[in-house]
Amino acid sequence: MKIAIPTDEGFMKSNVCISFGRTPYFLIYDTVKRDFVFLDNKAASSQGGAGIKAAQLLVDNEIDALITPRCGENAADVINAANIHMYKTINNSIDDNIEAYIEGKLSLLEEVHAGFHHHGGN
Amino acid sequence: MKIAVLSGKGGTGKTLVSVNLAAASKESVYIDCDVEEPNGHLFFKPHNVSKKNISVKIPIADENLCNGCRKCVEFCKFNALAYINKKIIIFDEVCHSCGGCSLLCPEKAISEREKIIGEVQTGVSDNVTVITGILNTGEASGVPIIKSLLDNEEADKREYVFIDCPPGSACVVMESIKDADYCILVAEPTLFGVHNLNIVYELVKLFNKPFGAVLNKCLDGENPSEKFCMENNIKILGKIPFDNELGKINSNALILTRENEKYREMFSSLLKIVAKEVEYETAINS
Repeated sequence: MKIAIPTDEGFMKSNVCISFGRTPYFLIYDTVKRDFVFLDNKAASSQGGAGIKAAQLLVDNEIDALITPRCGENAADVINAANIHMYKTINNSIDDNIEAYIEGKLSLLEEVHAGFHHHGGN
Repeated sequence: MKIAVLSGKGGTGKTLVSVNLAAASKESVYIDCDVEEPNGHLFFKPHNVSKKNISVKIPIADENLCNGCRKCVEFCKFNALAYINKKIIIFDEVCHSCGGCSLLCPEKAISEREKIIGEVQTGVSDNVTVITGILNTGEASGVPIIKSLLDNEEADKREYVFIDCPPGSACVVMESIKDADYCILVAEPTLFGVHNLNIVYELVKLFNKPFGAVLNKCLDGENPSEKFCMENNIKILGKIPFDNELGKINSNALILTRENEKYREMFSSLLKIVAKEVEYETAINS
């Protein structure tokens, strides 16, 4: 299974990023082969619709699951349309979340926010 | 003459100044371009109101024609399109209606449909024709509504047109002042007020518009905005006092000019000064 996690920096000792659409990197981790790659999130500097573009990037990388602290509704629409499961992170450690996913301990991300499109003043 | 009233932030007195100048004119048009929260109509309480829907064009995709080339997805600067499971997904709220996706599509799979984003209301309040733009909640941009507001035959017939701008200096403000003959910058007497004044000062300079300032909420003592105007050679058109009676009338959504002789004189004389400035500017620029 290929999973994706938004991360602050492009190495394993980094942390989970609080933002989905504007995270600087995505870790793409293969739980079978136990290998990984970090993707530059080209959507991070978008004027608008960063979540949509970031979600498209993940779909194009054919991930099976997304593990994220939160996700906006437009991005969630894209992820759901691609039948990708979304899980909520347990803490900000990349390792902990990968292990929790493998052990089946993560719960689905059910709360999707309306987005922070107007500087949080929505 | 078209006179735009603007300021760097909300609550400075744009509506106060534009409503009262319009009411002090013999015959005028008041246009509320603050389409996200228009409030001039609360003062004018116009009657015989007619409404016109304003719509923009939003893409729709025909999945039978789409070959998945993704030219539209890559083109859209606002990321309003995604291509998932061999289908184009369109996010209406994110779309800025540029029409690029339907133009670019080599398979002609994208066409456009009308989507209503708000309305323009036109009514009458004594000597003033009141035109109000209303943007529906959640829409991306008020620019199409402002375009429609300012493309108005009624406005071309009257001597004075007052354009009540949205706060700040973003696209909606640029659209609002684009065809104005003169700009009035409204400023508060604080350091924060100076910062906000500077924002619109920069904007009107960039647009090469003749302009002057109205100092609102004036108290005795130091006025940083007045100092800023003097340092930058900005013409001070008038001062409005920070006074209880004025505040009371205004908070009851009444028009000062119509309620009280003292204020009628204040705004009539401001109007005369503005008119003189506009005439002077038009003369030296023609």
